[in-house]
Amino acid sequence: MKRGPALLIAAAALLSGTIAARATVIAESRVNDAVVAGAGMPRALSEFGFFADGARQVPGERVTPYALGTPLWSDGADKLRFIYLPEGTQLIADGEGLLQFPVGAAIIKTFAFGDGAERRLIETRVLLHRADGWVALPYRWNDEQTDATLALAGGRIDLVTPAGEAISYAIPNKNQCKSCHGKDGQVIPIGPKARNLSAEWLGQMQRKGWLVGATAGGDRLPDWRTHATGPAAPLARAYLDVNCAHCHQPGGGASNSGLDLRWEQDGAHALGILKRPVAAGRGAGGHDFSILPGAPDKSILLYRMDSAEPGIAMPELGKASVDREGGAVVRRWILEMKPE
Amino acid sequence: MKHLALAAALLASAAPLAAETHRVAPGEGAGTRLQEALILAVPGDVVELGAGRFVLADGLSLDVDGVTVRGAGMALTVLDFTNQQGAGEGLLVTSDNVTLRDFAVENAKGDAIKSKGADNIVYYRIRVTWTGGPLATNGAYGIYPVESTGVLIDGCMVSGASDAGIYVGQSRDITVRYSVAEYNVAGIEIENSRNAIVHDNLATRNTGGILVFDLPGLPVMNGGNVVVSDNVVVDNDTPNFAPPGNIVAGVRRGTGIMVMANDDVRIFGNRIDRNPTTAVMVISYPNAFDDAGYNPTPRKVMIAGNAIGRNGYDPQIDGAPALLAAFGGSLPPVLWDGLGNAPNASGKQDARAWTLNLPMQAAGFDKANPAPLQLEPRPPTPASVLPGAPAALEARLQ
Repeated sequence: MKRGPALLIAAAALLSGTIAARATVIAESRVNDAVVAGAGMPRALSEFGFFADGARQVPGERVTPYALGTPLWSDGADKLRFIYLPEGTQLIADGEGLLQFPVGAAIIKTFAFGDGAERRLIETRVLLHRADGWVALPYRWNDEQTDATLALAGGRIDLVTPAGEAISYAIPNKNQCKSCHGKDGQVIPIGPKARNLSAEWLGQMQRKGWLVGATAGGDRLPDWRTHATGPAAPLARAYLDVNCAHCHQPGGGASNSGLDLRWEQDGAHALGILKRPVAAGRGAGGHDFSILPGAPDKSILLYRMDSAEPGIAMPELGKASVDREGGAVVRRWILEMKPE
Repeated sequence: MKHLALAAALLASAAPLAAETHRVAPGEGAGTRLQEALILAVPGDVVELGAGRFVLADGLSLDVDGVTVRGAGMALTVLDFTNQQGAGEGLLVTSDNVTLRDFAVENAKGDAIKSKGADNIVYYRIRVTWTGGPLATNGAYGIYPVESTGVLIDGCMVSGASDAGIYVGQSRDITVRYSVAEYNVAGIEIENSRNAIVHDNLATRNTGGILVFDLPGLPVMNGGNVVVSDNVVVDNDTPNFAPPGNIVAGVRRGTGIMVMANDDVRIFGNRIDRNPTTAVMVISYPNAFDDAGYNPTPRKVMIAGNAIGRNGYDPQIDGAPALLAAFGGSLPPVLWDGLGNAPNASGKQDARAWTLNLPMQAAGFDKANPAPLQLEPRPPTPASVLPGAPAALEARLQ
């Protein structure tokens, strides 16, 4: 046979094979919109269809991975973040804040510990944007890593953090999701804010037609990978915004404290500088102020960050150990402040 | 979801018969079962806790309106947080029209029961105890409604809180009654709140019996229209065991009833006896502050008809021996710091006072220039709003 037709036949065979394979992949990885936008609480994570390969965290169709400039710290867990957008929908940006998600969208975050072959998926948290608001559900992975089961009441798992600490890691219960993901009594997303998403990612989403609107606005949050040597103030403010401000803001879980750690907060007293504790109890550590400029070891804010003890530790949820890197940046920031 | 919610609402309003009771027994996995019940409850449901000890590793939370959580009695149903590993409180309530009744919370690592933005809440026959006694390592608050409108606390008992046993903060329309607060730093505290009545309670063996505070720098300020009446405030002689840094750490051992700032506080018909520092203390916020909207001085404080026994005989105050000598063995029952308007009083004992004559707000105690003072009467003025919880909350007590 001449080379040309042989190649053609081979190519055709290859093509049909490829189409067949793709068809299989599409069927497995199609997200089930009825489950996402419906009324129930699916018992298994696989019912959503977010992943083509759950154990390897390969996203399905229209499920896009994303990363944050400064991410929330969770005992050093690896966090795999994804957004699902239904067919024909898009995100809307409005300046530097939270992207607006269409009804039927979902935000998915898997927590994992261990590297390479040793990686264990622990939990996947999903935020579902339904017609009457967001619903937050926690799912716990099985040992076989084949699927994750709804864990309404949360759960605890003994594991060792990347820092080498043996901890009892806590999967939040459905109410605890809302403790952080709550403002004025409504469940809301926290992470995907334009100022904490890379310009590249935003550009990609815009080019795909999955994001519209203007993302320009105030300053971007810094890249946390520069934490060791970058300027302390923006790093510390970013860290506090991402790890604390969901509660520590008006309308948030700690609104009664008067401490407001949002990135956009300008007032010194609201940020904790020379602010006296309100209801800290022994969380005050014997200190008089949330932040005493120039004196990190006399600052309640750092004292609580440096603790993992219930009743003292901050954040109250989502950590069973202490973030040394985060503490170091906040320490630098307070040290650089001029004492009054 | 919408029509389900509507159906639930209809069910809840139609008849209590339609509401479900979720029974949870103590034992293996109690924490998980109880938390699931609290999540899956719908408005109108009852979560019924069996008799026994629920050993809990994590805090619990309720975010569903109109749910009743009911135990078998404060001596019989115990939520035991001695081994608590996470969360800032034992039980956190963030929904409205909730009733908590007939159970106990022991040894929470943080606050025992906190209800935030939880309007129209009833705490009925709830016990909170830190079983090791008054320790700085105990949680701060026992019963802790905050940022709420409509709070009824009735027949409750709290002991061992390292800040306040019963603490109501940044709220309005509050009743605290028929309750016992003992061996706390502050027995009962009303802070930055309005329209509160604290009546017919026993506050004993605390550092300070009943506190009415208003602090700066908080989302809700300008507390006032508070009535403290018909309470028994005796033997509040436990040394202050609050962790240093908290404002309550400044309360002197042996304080009966203390007012800090606030507008319109009436102290009537209480029995105030054997409080070693003072029967009543009326002072301004003692620290520097930077808050244009805040008034640090107490205004319109009225003290009348109290049965004042022997107080102020062992005050925790600098220069106590000289003061005691000057006042003939025990300090007058009412202490005022000299700032703003003096409290008014009618009644022989109620009017016996002394003033610190502080030169200005946030002047230290060392700037005091003590002198005896006779308080003046004032014609009673009706309250702008009758203080207390809405009547509908009482209707739930059966």
